[in-house]
Order: sequence, then C-alpha cells, then structure tokens
Amino acid sequence: MEKTKDFQRGYLNMELLRFTTAGSVDDGKSTLIGRLLYDSKAIFEDQMEAIERASEQKGDEHVNLALLTDGLRAEREQGITIDVAYRYFATPKRKFIIADTPGHVQYTRNMVTGASTANVAIILVDARNGVLEQTIRHCYIASLLRIPHIIVCINKMDLKDYSEQVYLDIQKKFKELSVKLDIQDLRFLPISALKGDNVVERSENMDWYDGPTLMYLLENIYISSDLNYVDGRFPVQYVVRPQAEKFHDYRGYAGRIASGTFEPGDRVAVLPSGFTSTIKSVDTMKESLKQAFAPQSVVLTLEDDIDISRGDMIVKENKMPEVGQDIEMMVCWLSETPMVMNGKYYVKHTASDARCIIKDLPFKININTLGKNYEDKSLSLNEIGRIRIRTTKPLYYDPYRRNRITGSIILIDEATNNTVGAGMIV
Amino acid sequence: MSESNCLKFLYLCPHLKMHKPLEKMEKYNLNHLRELEAESIYVIREVAAQFERPVLLFSGGKDSIVMFYLARKAFWPAKVPFPLMHIDTGHNFPETLEFRDQLMKKTGAICISRLVQDTIDQGKVVEETGVNASRNVLQTVTLLDALEELKFDCALGGGRRDEEKARAKERFFSHRDEFGQWDPKNQRPELWNLFNGKKNMGEHFRVFPLSNWTEMDVWQYIYMEDVDIPDLYYTHKRRVFYRDGVWLADAPFMVKKDTEEVLEKDVRCRTIGDITCTGVTLSMANTLEEIIQEVAAARVTERGGRYDDKRSEAAMEDRKKEGYF
Repeated sequence: MEKTKDFQRGYLNMELLRFTTAGSVDDGKSTLIGRLLYDSKAIFEDQMEAIERASEQKGDEHVNLALLTDGLRAEREQGITIDVAYRYFATPKRKFIIADTPGHVQYTRNMVTGASTANVAIILVDARNGVLEQTIRHCYIASLLRIPHIIVCINKMDLKDYSEQVYLDIQKKFKELSVKLDIQDLRFLPISALKGDNVVERSENMDWYDGPTLMYLLENIYISSDLNYVDGRFPVQYVVRPQAEKFHDYRGYAGRIASGTFEPGDRVAVLPSGFTSTIKSVDTMKESLKQAFAPQSVVLTLEDDIDISRGDMIVKENKMPEVGQDIEMMVCWLSETPMVMNGKYYVKHTASDARCIIKDLPFKININTLGKNYEDKSLSLNEIGRIRIRTTKPLYYDPYRRNRITGSIILIDEATNNTVGAGMIV
Repeated sequence: MSESNCLKFLYLCPHLKMHKPLEKMEKYNLNHLRELEAESIYVIREVAAQFERPVLLFSGGKDSIVMFYLARKAFWPAKVPFPLMHIDTGHNFPETLEFRDQLMKKTGAICISRLVQDTIDQGKVVEETGVNASRNVLQTVTLLDALEELKFDCALGGGRRDEEKARAKERFFSHRDEFGQWDPKNQRPELWNLFNGKKNMGEHFRVFPLSNWTEMDVWQYIYMEDVDIPDLYYTHKRRVFYRDGVWLADAPFMVKKDTEEVLEKDVRCRTIGDITCTGVTLSMANTLEEIIQEVAAARVTERGGRYDDKRSEAAMEDRKKEGYF
C-alpha cells in the first residue's frame, strides 16, 4: 500500500500547468484536445452522449470531439470556434488549464490572449502540409509572449505512413525558419491525435521515435523555475484597515506578489514616494508566513507608518524597477478600430491606472515573414508593432522578458471602454 | 497496464484511504489549490478596488460558500467590504436557509434576500405550470431587479468554466449592458492579470473568481481548508422520486405524475439549488474523503443532475445572455 499512499498524497498535491494550443484550420487541434480530455477521463458520460447525439444529427461519420470545445450555439451551427475556450483536466501529477484558441479570423488576438498566461504552447503542424506561414506566426506569438516552453506536434503522421523522413524534414524546416525567434525551450513530437499515437500511449507505429509522449511531457516539463524569484515586486491592490477594536492600529497592504520573495525583516522601498521601511509581517487569514513568494496573495504590514495606496508598489531595495513616463513596447492591436497616432487611451499596468498618448510607431512586424516595416504608421486588428507612449504619471516596470506581470500593459479605448491593445514593455 | 493507467485505476478504487494533502515542501512551489486560491483572492480584491457597489451572490451551495470563504481571506483581518445577496426561489431545502443564517451570524456578514415570489406577485413574471415547472428561469428577473434597485455595479458569482460549455468562454470580468445582457461573441479580451472593469452608467459586471476551478478542486479545497458546508452534501435519508434519469427530492410544491412513486433512499446533494431542478445522488458518502472519491469516480457531470440544463443544448447560453447567474 506504500505506493498508494504516495500516489494519493501526490494527487492532492498537484502542480498547475497552463497551456495554449495553436494550429491552422483542420490541423486536428480539437481532436487532440478531445483525446487528452477523453483519455484523462475529463469527459463525462452525459457530455459524451450529448456530442454523440449532436454528431449523429449533423450526419458526421465519427463522433466529432470538436463539439466538446465549441460551446456557443453560433459555433456549433457554423462549425467554427469563435473565442478562446478554457478546458480543464487532471492527471495524478498535474492539473491542466487549456486555453484553446481558434484558428480562423481574429486569430492573433485570441492567441495572444490565450498565450498571456500560458507556461507551455502546443503548436500543431499537419504532416501533409509541413511548415506553413501560419506555423511561423504561431511560433512568433508564443515567443513574443514569452511562453517558456514550446512543443511542436507534427500531427497526422498516420496519413504519411508514420515516416521518419517526413518528421525530420519538417523539424529541419521549422528550425531554419524559427532561428530568428527567441525560444527558451523548443521540442518536437510526431503524433496522430486521431489514432492516439504518442499522445498518451507510446506509438507502436513509430519505433524510430524514442522521445516522450505528449502527456508525459505535459506532466513532467519543469516549470517551477519559470517564475522570477529574484526581483521583489509587490503591487498594492487594496489597503486593509479593519475598523475593529482587536486590530485597532492594523494597516495592511493587500496584493499578489508579482515576482520575488518577501519575508519579515526584509528592507523595502515604496514607490512612488521612495520611502523605505522594513516588513513587519506577511499575513493571511490562517497564519502569518515566514516567507511568501510569487504568485501568492498576501497582506504585508510595515514597521513604519507610510502613506501607501492602491497602485503603489512595494519593492526590494536591492533591485529596483525602472521608472518612467516614456515607455516603449511591442503591442498587439485587438480592436476592429485601428490605433490612432497621437490618440489618447487608458492604461492598466499592475494595479495602477493612468492615461497615455501614442507618440510613435517606429516599426511594425509582418508576422508571416517576420520582416520589419518602417514606413507604414498604422496599426489595425491583429497587427503587431513597436510603439512609444507617454503616460500621465510614472509607471514602475520591468522589461516584459524579465517579468511578465510588471512588464505587461493593456490599452483601453476611452470612448467604448473596450480593451484594444496588449503591450509588452521592451 | 501502463504506469499512468495503473495510477488512475488505483485512484478510482473507492476503498483506498485518503490522506490529508500536505503542503509542498519544495522551495517556491505552490500546489494547484494554493495557486487557484491566490488567483481568486486577487480577482476578489480587484472587484473591491474597481467597483463602487459590489455584491456577492450567495445561494448556499458549495461554490458560493467557497467564494465567500475566499472573500473573507482576501480582506482579513478586515470584514468583507460588500454584502451578500440571496435570490430566493422559495423552493429551498430548509437546511440551506438554516446554514446561511448561521454562517452570517458566525462571520458578522450581511445577506440581503430577494424573493422570486415577490416578482411573481408584482406580475412581472408568470409562474410556470405543469410537472416540469421551475422558478429557475424566473429568478433572472428578480436578480436584475435587485441589482437595479440596490444600485449594485458588480455581482460576484460562483460560476465555474468547467460546469457547462457556454460557461467555458466566460471571462473573469464579464460585461453586461444596461439590460443585463451578455454578448458572448463580443467579449473583451482578458490578458495576463489585468482586468478591465470600465463601464458606462447603468451597465454592470459579473465577476467569477472561481472560473478556473473544477468540481474536484472545490471539494479538495473544502477538505484542505476545513470549510463548513451544509449537511445536505453528506448522505441522509430522503423521500425522492425518479424522473428522466434523475432522482428529485419530494416537497409539497413538487408536482408529480401519477406514475412517479415516492421512495425513501439514502441520498446526498451534489449541487444545491432550487429543489424543483436539483437532482440528488444515491450515495452513502458520509465524509469529505468519501465525497472526493465519489467525485473522482463519477462518470456524469454534476450538472448532469440539473433539470434546468436538460431543456435544450443551448439552455445555459440562452439564460446567460438574458442575465442569468
């Protein structure tokens, strides 16, 4: 029973892994997700019956696993995926959150959204078609959003006689084309999502492949070093002041640690005031902690009485963030209304709100060729470019490549309140 | 059998003993429940910071109990800076109301109650008739009226994305127009942990802090944190009858067909809601450990017992567009 005990303990002590899936139309993405869900028993009988009924009604030959992920009526009617859908499954080792992004219109916008919180990106390539322009685009977005691990699944190997040469050729082409991209961890896998080869079970049809299966990779890929534990950053979300006898003088700063660690006794600085103090306690409802680290939500109290409010940032003194009002970033435009040069937008950055003016667009990226265009000064839906903004007040930030939380920004249209731009500070 | 299948098999064995989850001792490693907790607390604090008059929708079910528990954690040692609201269909299990009142007493929180019966009496909605009559759809009107009357600009809900396919596309911060409607095809993109709660007068937001939790996560969390839940979730004897694959609890207001026989069974609730549409499960599970094992072995989703979802394939989407929870 020893093993059982360990297993039970393990199951209740799983890690969380968020991944996003990208593929061109008909690359078999929905089939792959359907298979992961089905094989990990995340699909229940009533869900299975519902899609069996629906497939039958539509006259499909196989049970269409894509119907599992297409939740909206319009999606099922038109047979397309409109929006990012979130799916969940768990194995004894990990709980998984899939951000499933559609391959049609508004592709970039949706993939950027799904990628913003992902640890891993799965990029699907159809073995019959090889590396397409879209494949490079998916890979570019994954690297721009700094997804630490990219797994390229070469799918539909069954339709290419499980040929090793086909797999090697595609892998070679992919490496050539992605050489310009900054990818931390890139892996390749030959699979057949439909037949199940190398998804959960090892393929008997590809004995030339001796690497792990997709499920094994997802369960074991090392993610706990992906977060930044060096730079102490604590954006203050809310000030806790209990109006109670017992906590008369209590003044706590609530927030979620963006990066680094905090413990009682640590010397900290508060931005923008610049005052310094020492951490008195790191509190939660159940206990006060000896140490807290990203991404925990805690309440900090300080030894000194300093005026601190939402939008301020408590940082470790040894490594300060950058402070400024003129900020350069890569931005993905998310709105059907194009960006207005010299236009004004709301800015959200950590817990702080500001306004900004778009000052310049030095270049934009052709995401199919990865070339830079220095002439065109417009930015429309699904386009990515470098911009310079001037904010109404200083922001405290780090480069996005160093810190995904303090390096990211959204732009909001002042007239419609819509989120129109996703910015990654350079 | 492969190792992972073997483990799965072991896990599904109901006789295995359950162990209290240990916090990971590895440096800088949060388990999945702690990470979900941190995310939900962050979202709840954003609500308090971004909105003027939020309210937490409380049904007495386990999801809203966990949400309220997380809200208490988010602001401790201060009190939760917004009230709770119960939209009461009048078709509750009495134990639910008892539990609600005791929880409010214990925590010093305030729970506003709005009755679907009042909406019916005002002539704003007409009660459904027949054997499948339910007040589930009617409560949307009561909810929207209450939000308007009390000028709430944000309602926190316990909805989870794994519950139902229309919910899978729901945002954490979900915008509602001045009619309370949801436009699923035109939602704001939600990136990183930056939540855009900007809106015009008369519009409001629904916020779902438990978006990324599954049914299993909720049970494991209740177990890990010793969160109090109503006894209805544990096995008890109850008079029930069988309809279309679902066991329903008997109550004076339940209309039965002649062929439907009321029997006494050992049951427990997997979800708690309006009696007319919440099925009960035949179960002997008497502890949280047993419930978790039952959930792990279950082959039907918890909403599989929800009569309201069986009405049509897009039942949930249609109700949500009109302003349902």
